[in-house]
Amino acid sequence: MFLINCPYCGERDQQEFKAGGEAHIERPKQPTELSDDEWAEYLFMRKNIKGIQFERWNHSHGCRKWFNMVRDTSNDEIKAIYKMGEKPPAQ
Amino acid sequence: MNKNLRVKSSEYIDETNRISFKFNGKTYHGFKGDTLASALLANDVHLVGRSFKYHRPRGIMTSGSEEPNAIVQIDPGTNRTEPNVRATEVEIYEGLEASSQNCWPSVEFDIGGINNFLSPFFPAGFYYKTFMWPASFWEKYEFFIRHSAGLGKSPTSSDPDIYDHRNIHCDVLVVGAGISGILAAKNAAKNNFKTLLVDEKNELGGSTVYENNEFNKINNKIPSEWLKKEIEELKNIKNLEIKTRTSVAAYHQYNYLLARENLTDHLEAKDKTNKIRQRLLKIRAKKVILATGALERPLIFNNNDRPGIMLSSAIKKYSEFYGVACGSKNVFFTNNDSAYESALSLYNKGINVEAIVDIRDQSESKIVKKVKEAGIKIYWSHSIVDTTGYKRLNSISIMKLSNDGTSVTGSKISILCDCLGVAGGWTPAVHLYTQSGSKLKFDEEKQIFLPNQNTSEQISVGSCGGDFRIDEILKNLNQKLKDTLNINETDLDSIKVEIDQENSKRNIWLLPSDKPLGKTKPFVDYQNDATAKDIKLALREGFRSIEHVKRYTTTGMGTDQGKLGNMHALGIIADTAGVKMGELGTTTFRPPYTPLTFGTIVGRNVGKFFDIFRRTPMNDWHVENKAEFENVGQWKRAWYYPINGETMHQAVQRESKAARESAGILDASTLGKIDIQGSDASEFLNRVYTNAWSKLAIGKCRYGLMLNEDGMVYDDGVTTRLGENHYLMTTTTGGAANVLGKLEDYLQTEWPELDVYLTSVTDHYATASLCGPNSKKIIKKIIPDLDLSDESFPHMSFKEAKIGNIQCRIMRISFTGELSYEINVQASYGKDLWKKCIEAGKEFNITPYGTETMHLLRAEKGFIIVGQDTDGTMTPIDLQMDWIVSKKKYDFIGKRSLYRSDTMKEDRKQLVGLLTEDPNVILEEGAQIVSELNKSPVEMLGHVTSSYFSPNLNKSIALAVVRGGKDMMGKQLFVPMENKNINVTVANPVFYDEKNERLNA
Repeated sequence: MFLINCPYCGERDQQEFKAGGEAHIERPKQPTELSDDEWAEYLFMRKNIKGIQFERWNHSHGCRKWFNMVRDTSNDEIKAIYKMGEKPPAQ
Repeated sequence: MNKNLRVKSSEYIDETNRISFKFNGKTYHGFKGDTLASALLANDVHLVGRSFKYHRPRGIMTSGSEEPNAIVQIDPGTNRTEPNVRATEVEIYEGLEASSQNCWPSVEFDIGGINNFLSPFFPAGFYYKTFMWPASFWEKYEFFIRHSAGLGKSPTSSDPDIYDHRNIHCDVLVVGAGISGILAAKNAAKNNFKTLLVDEKNELGGSTVYENNEFNKINNKIPSEWLKKEIEELKNIKNLEIKTRTSVAAYHQYNYLLARENLTDHLEAKDKTNKIRQRLLKIRAKKVILATGALERPLIFNNNDRPGIMLSSAIKKYSEFYGVACGSKNVFFTNNDSAYESALSLYNKGINVEAIVDIRDQSESKIVKKVKEAGIKIYWSHSIVDTTGYKRLNSISIMKLSNDGTSVTGSKISILCDCLGVAGGWTPAVHLYTQSGSKLKFDEEKQIFLPNQNTSEQISVGSCGGDFRIDEILKNLNQKLKDTLNINETDLDSIKVEIDQENSKRNIWLLPSDKPLGKTKPFVDYQNDATAKDIKLALREGFRSIEHVKRYTTTGMGTDQGKLGNMHALGIIADTAGVKMGELGTTTFRPPYTPLTFGTIVGRNVGKFFDIFRRTPMNDWHVENKAEFENVGQWKRAWYYPINGETMHQAVQRESKAARESAGILDASTLGKIDIQGSDASEFLNRVYTNAWSKLAIGKCRYGLMLNEDGMVYDDGVTTRLGENHYLMTTTTGGAANVLGKLEDYLQTEWPELDVYLTSVTDHYATASLCGPNSKKIIKKIIPDLDLSDESFPHMSFKEAKIGNIQCRIMRISFTGELSYEINVQASYGKDLWKKCIEAGKEFNITPYGTETMHLLRAEKGFIIVGQDTDGTMTPIDLQMDWIVSKKKYDFIGKRSLYRSDTMKEDRKQLVGLLTEDPNVILEEGAQIVSELNKSPVEMLGHVTSSYFSPNLNKSIALAVVRGGKDMMGKQLFVPMENKNINVTVANPVFYDEKNERLNA
């Protein structure tokens, strides 16, 4: 059970949060101009890394804010947490 | 007849408080402070159970939670009965009853004991190998196997006890209250850390409180005396909470631990009632100090499982702590010095010690000398090759051990004895440590796995960290405390320790016998009857991974999870396969460390709290009017209202007719409602719905369809424009929370520039939906001054009104195809509104209808239900709802996906209507649809999604998804059922009032 440091509320139990998949996949601004393959890349393709992964999390049973997390999936160590729109920390 | 083996009064046993209890129907006596095990041993009862596979007689082996054999059923036949309880952990109370498990008719004479003599036919994997053929017979085999195996019996009536959960946050959690744990907790608390100290036993102090070895001194006192003073001082320390009878079951990441606090199990039945029995502590600690100690290992030799064979350390505890002698003729078998302490403990109390058999060739420590002076015979370089005694140990045979330890030589010496203490060295209890994700390393010199790589803020102190001598323990503890608590001085700085302890040990995982391995029974896992032979067989059969060997032989898979024998299993595998133990690794230690009751896990979440239901403000009325309920999401929704013993079908037919012929009323309060405000609200709706919203006038309503980014229908509902920058969105009942979450996600992450605010108002409003040709008249009666003319209040529009003083919002929208009004009021007025409508509607025979009738009515109109007619693979085009997909809008969620080659295929499953050839036949929802009957295999074209008998059309109707169905209008298809084939025709899904004339009826 993680202890997650919500950037708006502080440390809270994992039960209050929802994981939202890979981070930094921006919705294309002009979807109609994309080929099927390009759109499929955005829509379906996700990395599933053993190691350092950038993820989206939502404090769904708290402030309901989305934020980003850098997590090592091999040992679940949370390396960094930062707000939506902020630059990811250098690795 | 009962022998009394109570040898000396102990301060932990209250001999003035005599307690009687029953074991296997016979009454015995013990004293306050006894465990079931110590009380039985005091009565000279060793035989307490039968083993799992061979039904061999088994006795008490240990004095703690690691016990593999003495597993009993507590209070059999009562509603408090509990199976698989370790007799070594049960504190006796007046009236306690316990019985043996896995034996019939009795533990003394067990029919299953025949398995022991058939054991050559039960090798590892016996069940897998024997009961494979024919494959279809497995279920029959299983029935018998399950009956002949198995441990205790579950209670058959409901649990009378209360269970509880508690969250605890602390700076420092100390697990284990032995000498290390006590000193760690004391120093943490003294330095202003909020500290919690837990221990599974009822007394603090671990093994040190009965450590009376005179050669070890702490500040010139023997360790037990010194520690008792420290324990006394704990009472005066602030910041320190102590919980005894509390066993940590699981250690998860981020220092989150679960512990079970046992509150009433040691009390008499009359004192158990109306109290919390067990409490699950959910502990979040900033730092964790593991002081879980070490478990003594047995030695693996032929017939090492007879009642009377125990761990040497357990014999010492029974003698020193409980004042009980485990036998009258004792022998010890050891590979290190600790058996000598146990031997001296017995000797000092006048209990006969016949001999010590030591596999080492010598030891020169003071304690060994003292044993020699006591005249106890020591057999150096000897090993036990066999034991006798079926229900109680009778004798042992020993032989000289060869220099390399792989064989025995010379002549056999037989020693008569009724109790054998076995000492195979100590294994650090690293179970919790590895559960936390931290990694172990094998120490070649000590032949143990030790904590190596910590993953959270934690330290392992005392013997669980690999320190076994008191001087090492205190020195390393002191340094670790300073480092982890970041303090400069501790109480330990001034402690002086004198020690005479020898660490020499000769480790042989599997001791040889004069007989070959196939003819002997050296048990590695006592509870599951796995022998060294089974492990070697698994290796011969090709199993290499330790995890596979474990599962194949069931070594370590009992309720004790192999706390005693796992190290030997690893050692034997390593020796046999010729690999190093460090490379082999360990099997995974999984929670719980000791078994938990289901009660502890669920806590208060039982009965009506098992799953929480949401109920509408009108719920009481539905209950009073005998509605049947259905679960929708978390809601309890009125399903139908049977009168005079109607079946569901009859009630629904009546309700459906009434709604179309005069007036019906539905509780629609459960629909999700989201209040949307902000200057970009219209733009936001444009992006989330498939149709256009910018031109919706204030006061008008519009139906919207929401897609996922993959183009599949996600939700639908009517949204009303309340003001220039103010909308009220409705969602499906089950989808409300997810829709809100999805909208928030897009607003926060993709479109943060939009000025939009979302608020869930589902619970804030109650909604009564009035429908039918007389609905307008009923509204008129309730709100006489409201202009209900079609010009002023047309279909798909909204008005604010007042019922008396109560503000309400009325939407003229319809999910049934009838003239229909939805009245929304503040939730607290919901029940009054409902009653008012019923009262006003009486003259029109207003009929309350539930979700089933709602489904029927909308199906007559071909309106979809998201989640029933769609399943996450249907686009709006598949649903023949092209009309709602804007061609003009540049973008909306899911738009691009509608033009993917896959979503544009002509032969996707599409929504159609189905009519049966015989109008009285009602299709089954979920039934498959085919176009040919005499073909095998036949292609499934699709399935029925909604099916009803329509009372208004007097025929059965169905909605279905059919591959390429759009172009099959009028085509005959078949629905093959178990006993018959049903002929159906593809039809327009709008069965009733195709021109929507009734909306304005």
